[in-house]
Amino acid sequence: MKDISILIGGKAGFGIDKSSLVIASILNQLGYSIYVYRDYPSLIRGGHTFSIIRASDGSIASHKDKIDILLALNQDTVNLHKARLSGGSVVVYDSDSIKPETVDGPWKAMPVPLAGIVKAEGGQEIMRNVCIIGAMAKAAGVSWQIAEGVLRRHFPKEIDVNLKIAERGYTASQEAFKIDQLNNPPRSLLSGNEALALGLINGGLDAYLAYPMTPSSPILHSLAGLAGEFGLKVIHPESEISVMLMALGFSYAGKKVAVGTSGGGFCLMTEGLSFSGMAELPVVVIMGQRPGPSTGLPTYSSQADLHFVLNAGQGEFPRFLVAPGDAEEAYYWAGVSLNIASKFQVPAIILSDKNMGEGTYVFDLAKAAGNFREESPAEWDGKGEYKRYLNTSGGVSLLAFPPDKDAVIKVNSYEHDEMGITTEDPEATVKMQDKRLRKETLIKDELKRYETVKIYGNKRSETVLLCWGSNKGVCEEVAKKLNVKAVQVVVLSPFPVEKLKDALAGANKIIAVESNATAQLVRLINSFGSGVHGKVLKYDGRPFSVEELTKKIEGLMR
Amino acid sequence: MKDLGTYAQNTWCPGCGNFAILTAIKSVLASLSDDGFPIENVVLISGIGCSSKIVDYVNVNSFYSLHGRGIPPATGMKVADPRLLVISHAGDGDAYGEGLEHLVFAAKRNVDITAIIHNNRVYGLTTGQYTPTSPLGFRGRSTPSGTKENPINPLELMLTSGASYIARGTSHGLELLKKIFKEAILHKGFSIVDVLQVCVTYYNMYEYYDKRVYELKDHNSSDFDQALTRIREWDYNSDSKIPLGVFYKKIAPVFEDGFSSTSIDKDQRSAKIKNILARSV
Repeated sequence: MKDISILIGGKAGFGIDKSSLVIASILNQLGYSIYVYRDYPSLIRGGHTFSIIRASDGSIASHKDKIDILLALNQDTVNLHKARLSGGSVVVYDSDSIKPETVDGPWKAMPVPLAGIVKAEGGQEIMRNVCIIGAMAKAAGVSWQIAEGVLRRHFPKEIDVNLKIAERGYTASQEAFKIDQLNNPPRSLLSGNEALALGLINGGLDAYLAYPMTPSSPILHSLAGLAGEFGLKVIHPESEISVMLMALGFSYAGKKVAVGTSGGGFCLMTEGLSFSGMAELPVVVIMGQRPGPSTGLPTYSSQADLHFVLNAGQGEFPRFLVAPGDAEEAYYWAGVSLNIASKFQVPAIILSDKNMGEGTYVFDLAKAAGNFREESPAEWDGKGEYKRYLNTSGGVSLLAFPPDKDAVIKVNSYEHDEMGITTEDPEATVKMQDKRLRKETLIKDELKRYETVKIYGNKRSETVLLCWGSNKGVCEEVAKKLNVKAVQVVVLSPFPVEKLKDALAGANKIIAVESNATAQLVRLINSFGSGVHGKVLKYDGRPFSVEELTKKIEGLMR
Repeated sequence: MKDLGTYAQNTWCPGCGNFAILTAIKSVLASLSDDGFPIENVVLISGIGCSSKIVDYVNVNSFYSLHGRGIPPATGMKVADPRLLVISHAGDGDAYGEGLEHLVFAAKRNVDITAIIHNNRVYGLTTGQYTPTSPLGFRGRSTPSGTKENPINPLELMLTSGASYIARGTSHGLELLKKIFKEAILHKGFSIVDVLQVCVTYYNMYEYYDKRVYELKDHNSSDFDQALTRIREWDYNSDSKIPLGVFYKKIAPVFEDGFSSTSIDKDQRSAKIKNILARSV
């Protein structure tokens, strides 16, 4: 078996999240590509939480509906996910809390008295999860040595009792099938959010500011944890308004700075975003999308904020916008975003979503790092009088940072002259507006050397799945399966008109795949005259599964 | 000391109370410079409003921010580079209305910045509406039949929020202003100076203040309870006497000292990233 999906489910507070990472790590030791989808409601205790861990010998970044192993820590898990099972599936369940007759079916049922084992070994109730992980390892034909090694790394505290409980789960279970050991070494496993955090660090980040908000809080947590080690300044201020404005204070002082939020928080940041555009203060904004309008579905995913971030902030100013599709792209583009923001003195927005941010992927540093090199902004040479907004041919003025004994550095949210002093003069207004907008041409030139549009699958196919952001994974897989082409638009502003045109050349059936109700990418490319032939839109907060998207595309291809 | 003026044309009304604040701050900055303090370390920050135009009129580093948003960038740049001497100017509508939460948090953090509030108790630039410190019944263009809400006492709020330097001056008391500004700027911690500044066009209170203000004497500014009593003597509503001077001053740890000052080079950074990735296999 070379493509396996495991679902572990229970209540919030059962340790589902941690367990899914342990399971992913066990399968990772066998050399597989891994993807973890996390599904949880907006509450702290109770409700129904589950994760799907998928391992495959091919490169994957999406989940399947069908499950090979169901790990049920409570009755709900059985009731809610039974439909995902088939004849070859295995259900490992807690026979102390789940009625055996509810598990009946053509699949193999494997009762393990989790609560009883935990009690007998003197463990705590939460340790039912290591017990079921042990049972899972045996059912999937994974050696105890591999399971033990992973458990030791993930449970440094109380390892003895955890191992005992896991081993009893292993013994109580039976081998249902054998997952082959592949010849690949295990790779790092990272969530999109962790990759964004490390990518920012790699890009030379000095400071990160954020107010907690799903799905971007894990970036704040990661960077706060790493602050000491990397010399970062990480602050959780009083509101997103303050986050953005404090960040601009860091930027003024010459620090590379980023902020992170979701739609609601970004609403509060927009006055600061426009200020960044006007005052030409570089800042990177991570915008993790979730379904709206308003509070919407806080812990689910969406791609409905594309036009919001493209147009946020009063007035007209250039901005860089990128939507990475997985952890490796997140790492790479986080660094590039810091470079572009500081070189061109513009806001750079990384449009993420809950599926990308909280999904776990295998991560290859060499691939993720690519051709990235940290760059520094052009600084003033100290000659003559310093003008913060010197009107140059490209629009970029040289930077100086306080304290600089030869420069008076004035930045301004009002329209201003070259010195940074307020003006309402009509000619100066036009000059400065043109200066700021000219920078977009420089950014476009810069982007020529980047892969702003990516192509997957059968490159000669006339059928194209057009996608952006986290749908990259499922589109790539479905395109390969159906022998068609997939095109991912990575950079969304300045829009890569020519590269997209080239990628779509010869296509006679372009199907847009988006996680929103109004086809926002289609709306954007229509403004450049492209057009599509079909749309597959999903806006229930959940990601496309491979089966679901395959069926929809097949329907449209007929 | 070089001239601290700029070529920007001053657009305040004749008789505006902001002139006294401008004169005082320029004089204090010049004297700091004469004392050997590097003037290039100074950053003046402002929000939006008549008061905030001050940054255009002083030839030092400046950050002309948004309405209500002087304090967050001031905090950001102070944490970014603690060498900077950060002074934030704002009006009462700006700082006590739209930006109130930032003041509370700056006081709570005791970040070493100075907030100078040009408190004329009216919105001037938007042509005469009530502010958080206008008295009950104030008739402005948005409240033609008088406000139905009491003013806040911003200094009481600042004291209970943790500000470590609290003072009040008026635009009719230049020497006191200079003294307070200098002390507030040199104080290590969050300083707030409420300046009863007069808008000659929309709320001319010169005579009213002149009759009521007095300078604090025999006041123990290190005593919280005494400070509270003095701050409460005038509630921005009644016609009582109005104390001026330093209400409260204490030494406390500052926010910017709580951050890592490690700096690592690119090679160390790459090695550390590789270590983290190796742990996540």
